[in-house]
Amino acid sequence: MKDINELNLPEDVKYTKDHEWAKADGDTVTIGINDYAQDQLGEIVFVEMPAVGDSFSAEDEFGSVESVKAVSEMYMPISGEIVAINEDLEDAPENVNEDCYQSGWIIKVKPSDLSEMDALMDKAAYLEMLKG
Amino acid sequence: MRYLPHTQEDIQKMLAVAGAGSLDDLFKTIPDAVKVKDGLNLPEPMSEWELNDYMEKLASENIACKGYTCLIGAGSYDHYIPAIIPYLVSRSEFATAYTPYQPEVSQGTLQGIYEFQTMVTDLLGMDIATASHYDCGTALAECALIALRKNKKADKIAVSDLVHPSHREIIDTYLKPTGYEMVLIPHTKDGLTDMTALEAMDGIAGVAVQSPNFFGHIEDLAAVKKVADAKKILFITSFTEALAWGILKNPGSFGADLVAGEGQSLGIAKTFGGPGLGLLAGTSKLMRDLPGRLVGRAKDSNGDDGYVLTLSTREQHIRRERASSNICSNNGLNAMTAAMYLSTIGKIGIREIAQLNHDKAMYLKSALAGAGFEPVFDPPFFNEFVMKAPRDFNRKRIDLINRQCVFAGLDLAPYYPELTDHYLFCATEKVSKQQMDQLAKEVA
Repeated sequence: MKDINELNLPEDVKYTKDHEWAKADGDTVTIGINDYAQDQLGEIVFVEMPAVGDSFSAEDEFGSVESVKAVSEMYMPISGEIVAINEDLEDAPENVNEDCYQSGWIIKVKPSDLSEMDALMDKAAYLEMLKG
Repeated sequence: MRYLPHTQEDIQKMLAVAGAGSLDDLFKTIPDAVKVKDGLNLPEPMSEWELNDYMEKLASENIACKGYTCLIGAGSYDHYIPAIIPYLVSRSEFATAYTPYQPEVSQGTLQGIYEFQTMVTDLLGMDIATASHYDCGTALAECALIALRKNKKADKIAVSDLVHPSHREIIDTYLKPTGYEMVLIPHTKDGLTDMTALEAMDGIAGVAVQSPNFFGHIEDLAAVKKVADAKKILFITSFTEALAWGILKNPGSFGADLVAGEGQSLGIAKTFGGPGLGLLAGTSKLMRDLPGRLVGRAKDSNGDDGYVLTLSTREQHIRRERASSNICSNNGLNAMTAAMYLSTIGKIGIREIAQLNHDKAMYLKSALAGAGFEPVFDPPFFNEFVMKAPRDFNRKRIDLINRQCVFAGLDLAPYYPELTDHYLFCATEKVSKQQMDQLAKEVA
């Protein structure tokens, strides 16, 4: 397990209390689980993703990630429609462990209200929450 | 499990290790209010031979299939159990009160279950099978839940009304607290599930059809598959007579997504209706949705084969509230029995036994038709069929049980009120031609 100081938490993404990250890029938002989540879960063996075209509200469960230890649900940081899922994860779920912000992204969403991003935490606020 | 009584000395030693002064001391965390105050009020102890006599006397008050001609199936079948089975299955390595799943000490049991799963997938033509469930009814209810979980937009499951009545009740029990609903698909005048009625149903997550169905008829599973695919719903099929797959095309070859079945016919005694053996098999696509236990083959640190429980991250010992099923038990001893039975009779044996069942059932049907019974349905059947009886048959039937030791058919009226005077008959390999001829003579 990583110490809090060892966690890789980029400055240019937003964080949720359930340890997802979200990054706006033009009119889509890319979403995944952060370094703390993948480290806690351990070796990831399966990522269950929604279908393209599904719509969710913020905080809805949109999928689950399964490691050798446990299964954990993932929750939407914002409301919107799924426009892409990371199909590479079907054969290479370990990408989430190896590079959760790049090749380990999970879904891309067309947000129904981009301003919902403002309610998410930045790195400092998220670290504050982790330290409790 | 060996019977090893404790001496006083043993008990004192164990108490000392546990840090308790006496047995009462050991149980002091149990509130006095719930403890039995005046002892257990048991009768006087008996010697071993007295106890044997007493138990035999009790047992002889039951009517069981032994010494009777059993012509009733309906979910529990009177098949021959090879002599090797009770001998093997009663060995203490298998018959233990503890469910031995720790890979470090239970390679034998785990491999046994793994072989069982492999045989179930072969028999049913499916990709993956679980380590077993209580019985077909619970396995089928679990399949209904899988369908509802997979198709979140639907809140109903379509179930043929020719699925075994008890199994429909179990599905109902499972769904009652959930807000989901079971809708029944009626049957046609031919005694088959009404496909037109199924096609007209909306908002369903899956369809469950039993084949051979409760009337014994072989359903058109290809037609069910077609409707399920058109509606993009799960195709579930169930069965109560596992030996049917000795001669019938298996569910996998019709593209079933999930199969739930009863394995009692595979070397397991009827024992008054239970414990049975719930079989559940699915496609690889549904691997992560299957409830209960799965045994997988892995490699140990030396690269040798080893067997472990696998894909158990979704189960309740990991996460109770969100487990895919809250029944993680399996009927381990019965699963082992079925594996022993299947490996005893083999591929050719199961075909021969299945053929015998079918041939004898055909003979019984024609013998009854010759004795004034009316064959009401015409579809192909395996070893069960429905006949409309002459008016005075019910009186004769009771008399046959008491006087001739024959169970002549199951009265269908309690399950299908429109079928008064209709009886469900079954013939297995154990019934002889003489017995069937004798019955026809008695009821004519």
